[in-house]
Amino acid sequence: MLDNLLVLFQAPVLNIQLLLDGVLIGSIFAMAAYGLALVWGVMNVKNLAQGDFVIMGGYVAYMFTTWDIHPIYALPVAFIGMFAFGWLVYITIIRRVIDKELFTSLLATFGLAILLQQALNLIFGSDVQTADSGFDTRFLFGGMVSIAEIKFVALVLAVSLSACVVLFMKRSRMGQAIRATAQDARAARVLGINTDRVYAFTFALNCAICGAAGVLIAMIWVIQPYFGVVYSIRSFVIVTIAGLGNLAAVIVTALGLGAAEQFSAFIFGAEFQVASVVCMLIAVLIWRQIQQARKREVVE
Amino acid sequence: MKRLTSYLRGAVAGIGALGLLLAGGAQAKVDGDTIILGSAISLTGKYSDNGKHAKNGYELAVNKINESGGIKVGGKSYKLKVIYYDDESTPARGAQLAERLIKQDGVKYMLGPYSSGLTKAVAPVTEKYKIPMVEAEGASRSLFSQGYQYLFAVLSTSEQYLASSIALAAEIAEKNGKKPSDVRVAMAFENDPFSLDVRAGVLDDAKKYGMKIVVDDKLPRDLSDMSATLTKVRALKPDLLVVSGHSKGAATAARQIKEMQIDVPLIAITHCESAKIVDKFGDSVNGFLCPTQWAETLSYSDNFFGSAADYDKLFKATYPEYQNVPYQSAQASAAVMVWKDAFERANSFDTDKLRDAIAETNMDTFYGGIKFSPVGNNTAKPMVLRQIQNGHFNVVAPSKWASHPVDWPRKAQ
Repeated sequence: MLDNLLVLFQAPVLNIQLLLDGVLIGSIFAMAAYGLALVWGVMNVKNLAQGDFVIMGGYVAYMFTTWDIHPIYALPVAFIGMFAFGWLVYITIIRRVIDKELFTSLLATFGLAILLQQALNLIFGSDVQTADSGFDTRFLFGGMVSIAEIKFVALVLAVSLSACVVLFMKRSRMGQAIRATAQDARAARVLGINTDRVYAFTFALNCAICGAAGVLIAMIWVIQPYFGVVYSIRSFVIVTIAGLGNLAAVIVTALGLGAAEQFSAFIFGAEFQVASVVCMLIAVLIWRQIQQARKREVVE
Repeated sequence: MKRLTSYLRGAVAGIGALGLLLAGGAQAKVDGDTIILGSAISLTGKYSDNGKHAKNGYELAVNKINESGGIKVGGKSYKLKVIYYDDESTPARGAQLAERLIKQDGVKYMLGPYSSGLTKAVAPVTEKYKIPMVEAEGASRSLFSQGYQYLFAVLSTSEQYLASSIALAAEIAEKNGKKPSDVRVAMAFENDPFSLDVRAGVLDDAKKYGMKIVVDDKLPRDLSDMSATLTKVRALKPDLLVVSGHSKGAATAARQIKEMQIDVPLIAITHCESAKIVDKFGDSVNGFLCPTQWAETLSYSDNFFGSAADYDKLFKATYPEYQNVPYQSAQASAAVMVWKDAFERANSFDTDKLRDAIAETNMDTFYGGIKFSPVGNNTAKPMVLRQIQNGHFNVVAPSKWASHPVDWPRKAQ
């Protein structure tokens, strides 16, 4: 561990590599996490199948490569296809658990996650797949830092997609309805908003965002039917740290999480890359407890 | 919901029991002129592909033996037959089925299941009933440190998978006028029992040469990113990079080594074939060293199947759906050959006599030499190292079996 720290001090340029890798990947985590925050905030459903939606999007990209079409074109297809899929899942499953207690919706989405994994396994097999983008790699600082162009493309796409979603939420009628429903569903209904439709749209939008993230993941890393759970965990960690309904905080946390993962993998070894995410979650929860305890003291 | 699952469970159990009744009947160790072997094998679940490869290997050898006169015991010719049960790729089921094969079906001679995990579950059962088992698909060396007396494996154990790459690195260092102890090794292994076994073998061998380990990362099972490890590799410039993490490890490594243009003169990775890295990443994986249990280009041969190439041809003719013959099938066939050889030498159906005969096995086969150590693993067959050269897998080490010289140093492309 000290050796690794020493390497970082001797070659400070490596910090840039780790930071870049982390931030570029973090932008994709931000997408899945924002979708989760949306569904959580608006519908109070904690979706455990989040990562599996991501993997489904990844398989859309993979299918494109098997048809000899560049996987980047899978992005709109996955977005629209997963939107439709999300609507279907809402009608068949989520609608029935939305006003039940927390445990029911957790169980339902957990079941959905298992179902999706097994279905993907049946259709595509358990082999590891990837969608090669064929993009090149750029080198900086005399070859010490490399950026895969695909990661940069992914960042640009993730940012523009997020911008579209924000604009949509702020400007469009549906976006306003979603925000109104999140604030007070009953009042929204009184004012003539069809909240069932809003819920369906929100869930479908979440699926669509996850699908798009999955396309990017398949082009950057590798996918397999059972890899969804890591993305679910990351999304939950990010949303827990950032809080609901705050897109800026979700993005900052996601980028930070991406970078933190890379640094802890470098310094402590790859075995701590995922562990560090969970440790951070624990640290944040403890910090929140202390904060709240203080607040309570002040109030008293 | 709960009621539904219990109904389903009942239905499944009922169908299973019916199947067993039908499959049961008058089977015993030797039925008329047929010797009955038993195997629990993964026909469904996550190992189903490899389980089927193994079953096809068993069947090919059984049919070949039956067609060419069977097995001669006490002057009489016997045919072979194997009873299979599907273990659903779960160890608990595998152990149950082994119990059923031995107790209900009266099987006295066992063939192994697929994977180290399943073999670990079945071995205590065969050991308990003192039933010899020749297995072909469990490579973990921890199988051979339990003191099992009735377990024999025809394949090379996991710690040998990448050890030959260390020997190769030492050889190259000497050729270039350096000491083997100058070689610096970077390692990345998945954090699972099999890969850690592979790692233990690499560590042992590196220690033997006094090599320095500069990176020793363990990749989490569900992580498909090793860029931080590779950043370390780029900074520390090792002479050899070894990676093992099943298909996922191979695919992730191939993808990110290409993307980050990692320049290491020697790179050795397990599971290149099953991860299909040549199809996926093309030229960029040229120069990778990949260990394999068996290759059809090796000059092994016997007077039953002929050469490795003959076996390859026969297998493809029998199962036209295969483009390449997986080594899982070849070693399964070899396990059946061990049984034939043992029956004929023991000239008996007594399990203890057969156990001793298997322990004394010393034969050449199309799959390589087979000779068991006192703990039951095969010590006569080396792992071979193939290098990807222009998209083809060519044997480059050990030098006795090499068909091509090793390309060194590897250049990132």
